[in-house]
Amino acid sequence: MYVWIWRHLPGGVPGKLLGSLLLLTAAVLVLFVWVFPAVEQRLPYSDVTVDAPTEQPTEQPAERLEPAPPGGSGTPSPAAAPTA
Amino acid sequence: MRFGDAVRTALRGVGQTLITVGVVLLLFCVYELKITNLVTEREQEQLREELAQAWAEPPPPDPAVRPAAVELGEGIAVLRIPRLDDDADDPYATVVVEGTSPADLKKGPGRLVESDRPGELGNLVISGHRTTYGAPFADLDRLAPGDAVVVETRDTWYTYRVTGTEIVAPSAVEVTLPVPKRPGVEPTESVLTLTTCHPRYSARQRMVVFARLDETLAKSDGDPAALTVAAGGG
Repeated sequence: MYVWIWRHLPGGVPGKLLGSLLLLTAAVLVLFVWVFPAVEQRLPYSDVTVDAPTEQPTEQPAERLEPAPPGGSGTPSPAAAPTA
Repeated sequence: MRFGDAVRTALRGVGQTLITVGVVLLLFCVYELKITNLVTEREQEQLREELAQAWAEPPPPDPAVRPAAVELGEGIAVLRIPRLDDDADDPYATVVVEGTSPADLKKGPGRLVESDRPGELGNLVISGHRTTYGAPFADLDRLAPGDAVVVETRDTWYTYRVTGTEIVAPSAVEVTLPVPKRPGVEPTESVLTLTTCHPRYSARQRMVVFARLDETLAKSDGDPAALTVAAGGG
């Protein structure tokens, strides 16, 4: 692929170098501006992204409606709502 | 001859693809660990300016009106943690925004909208990134019981003192209750709960730091001891 591109870039060696540089910059820009932000959102559990905060909003309402999760302490708290 | 050429072309294609994939993955790491920090740095600068501007204006006549006027992603307070100061000239001061959506958290640590406000009875819950986007809570594990966490609002310094750190499951939302881990219990004191992911670079668990309100000081009465002592000692 790279050979094919190099062969088809115009302007002799200087032109080809310049063209390669432009293409490379464009590719990196596309990755940084569109691809990576999109991928990042889809990787909540990946090793590179932090999902602790993203998860909070979805967990929060669910939990406040449900009874307390089974805690290790074993307190049989029947509170089902945030209101005491 | 023709067969050999085909094999060579195929192998070259595979090799180039693998190298490309490797470079893209490396770029992704650069993006996550470096570029996202720049994004947050710029957002924080802007938030700081907006807060300074908002706080310079006279307060609205009715204080009860104000909370409703806060929009998601807007700066609401400045978080200061002397323990995490790089040095005396570069204190840890991060603007906390309203809300914990991904967009909010790119700007800085966010207040869980369901939680209580600084100084209020109940639990003020602030979540922040640990690895990317400025990683405001990267060093939360360095906090020890007794350490000060100061929340600066428009006219008040709220000094919280760390009471403990826990590693919990990502589903342990009970730490965000008005009285952490005590569903249905009416709060009698003001507490602060900081949450971030754990271990670093992962999201398998959550690190939670609990703190209790220790001192409330009007800004007109000077700086809180936690900050002045830290600055003097640093």
